Amino acid sequence: MSEFLVNIEHERLSFFTPVGEVKALNDVSFHIKEGEVLGIVGESGSGKSVTAYSLMGLTAYPGKLLGGTLDFNGHRINDMTEKEMQKMRGNEVSIIFQDPMTSLNPVYTIGNQIREVLKLHTNKTKKEIQERAVELLELVGINEPKKRLKQYPHELSGGMRQRVMIAIALACEPKLLIADEPTTALDVTIQAQILELMMELKDKLGMAIMMITHDLGVVASMCDHIAVMYAGNIVEYGTTDDIFYRPKHEYTKGLIRSIPRMDTTEHERLIPIEGTPVDLLNPPKGCPFASRCDNCMRICLREKAPVIHFDDVHYSTCWMNQKAELEGGTKQ
Amino acid sequence: MNEELLRVEHLYQYFPAGGHGKNKKYVQAVDDVSFFINKGETLGLVGESGCGKTTTGRSLLRLYEPTKGRIIYDGKVLFDSGNVPLTNEDGIEVMENGKPKFGKKTTVDMKPYRREMQIVFQDPYASLDPRMTVGDIVGEAIDIHGLAANKQERYDKIQKLLECVGLNSEHANRYPHEFSGGQRQRVGIARALAVDPKFIVCDEPISALDVSIQAQVVNMFEDLQQQMGLTYLFIAHDLSVVKHISNRIGVMYLGKLVELADSNELIFHNVHPYTRSLISAIPIADPQAARANKRIVLEGDVPSPLNPPSGCRFRTRCPYATKQCAQEVPEWREVNKGHFAACHNLDKVN
Repeated sequence: MSEFLVNIEHERLSFFTPVGEVKALNDVSFHIKEGEVLGIVGESGSGKSVTAYSLMGLTAYPGKLLGGTLDFNGHRINDMTEKEMQKMRGNEVSIIFQDPMTSLNPVYTIGNQIREVLKLHTNKTKKEIQERAVELLELVGINEPKKRLKQYPHELSGGMRQRVMIAIALACEPKLLIADEPTTALDVTIQAQILELMMELKDKLGMAIMMITHDLGVVASMCDHIAVMYAGNIVEYGTTDDIFYRPKHEYTKGLIRSIPRMDTTEHERLIPIEGTPVDLLNPPKGCPFASRCDNCMRICLREKAPVIHFDDVHYSTCWMNQKAELEGGTKQ
Repeated sequence: MNEELLRVEHLYQYFPAGGHGKNKKYVQAVDDVSFFINKGETLGLVGESGCGKTTTGRSLLRLYEPTKGRIIYDGKVLFDSGNVPLTNEDGIEVMENGKPKFGKKTTVDMKPYRREMQIVFQDPYASLDPRMTVGDIVGEAIDIHGLAANKQERYDKIQKLLECVGLNSEHANRYPHEFSGGQRQRVGIARALAVDPKFIVCDEPISALDVSIQAQVVNMFEDLQQQMGLTYLFIAHDLSVVKHISNRIGVMYLGKLVELADSNELIFHNVHPYTRSLISAIPIADPQAARANKRIVLEGDVPSPLNPPSGCRFRTRCPYATKQCAQEVPEWREVNKGHFAACHNLDKVN
């Protein structure tokens, strides 16, 4: 097929709610190679989770895919039936959710929930499944795995539960692991443990990771590539260094400017992005960021900016770059 | 500048958690915490969830009645349980006939002090009454304290407060659900400002907000502080924000203060092993620095405050723990001028 594990092209997806059509994704395109870590950053409501869910076919009613193609590991997601989808989920692609407190079933033991995946997707015997479950808990760094298998989620701490979630997600050694804000609900020291664990397992199992987060700090240390989303659009895509050191979209620049720095002793005033995110019920005609942008031009309000490539990977959709090009300068 | 506004001495806050008689159990949420805040400064308080930072903030406002301790605000004792030793100006216990001298048991009526000490809560979605208009939410404090002589004055005051926090006057007639998270937090701040307080406890005021909105609210806190000469106790788990806004920072772990220093001193010259691992665990939003950063990953989880470890509470996760740590509670001492820490092994750590 293609060289990419994931290849999404021009995806458009809307939710048809009683108050109107919410345009969650507007022309989203990106790809992930095998073993790569892609970070998707954006504010709440920017469409980062929806992108991931659509890849797993989890955006059922009232969500509707309006256009574009989604390819994953040789499957065309658009054409798959629910049955085929079930076979794929948990086997080739799996997901870790944000809140480990609510994503495990409280009335089943940990062991039950890990074995369920293995029962569904493998032909192992009961004994083999049990052995594999123990092995998985060891893999994610949980001590006394045999005892833990018999425990219920409420008996474990947040960090432990997230480890269990990872164990469940990795049970069938998926090609792609989607991590939807995996550490947002955790404390910093526990977050450090979980991120370390994910990177270690990535190297061990050679899977790709799609890391969804709003924390720029998390993507800086983990990801190869970063996609910045705003109001259902990828506004900028590039390598981690591109995004942090050579940001081209006004939103990315603003985002990076607005985080307080830890490494200076001087007190600098924060530079916030003024205004509030757009309402996806009736998104603006032009650039979605125009209303909050300091360098907004007349064309920004009228038309969406085209995709401008700076090199093979790095691209962005911002009229400012077009302007710089026309003026013949390399103004940032 | 260095005039003291608030002093907390040996604050204990235990919550009963089941059991009877001898077996009665307590969550030791705050355990022997002492600090002071100067006029016009911001003291940051950081720590993981469940370490007692919110409880400390609420106890010193007496939203919870402290189990033990003494709270002094602007020279007046607001609360004294009568069984914690008095200290003199240098922080040394006052002795009488060879025994430490205790303070007099005191509890004062808080209503006049509520005008001076206010709080902004963490969750802007839960801390505003959904059935009251924003104008009434802000105006409630004005009514209670009788700060407006007539309706017109009350109305003007509310308008002024809303403008002050960056909302406009027509917002007064709307309900909280019509606002975004950032705007609601502004309403919460306007409510705290309604009584012209001198001191505000900011309990994680920005952690429920989006990144691009956080900077707006942080800037507003700073502006208000400058305009009105406010003093803040800024509670948060995000060290980079706390570092940005605070003059001094205290780090808490499992109900205890483990280190307290000037913010730059704490970030760059910290001495306590917990502070060190906490700082190294913060993801840095700079790829090159992030790659160079060696994380000190702590093993295990925070123990339960129902049954905290003996001696130093951090010892179960501390890479430097010794026998002594299990037996004795480390002393809270000054390692540098204005830099306090509680650890037995400071020489080994540094």
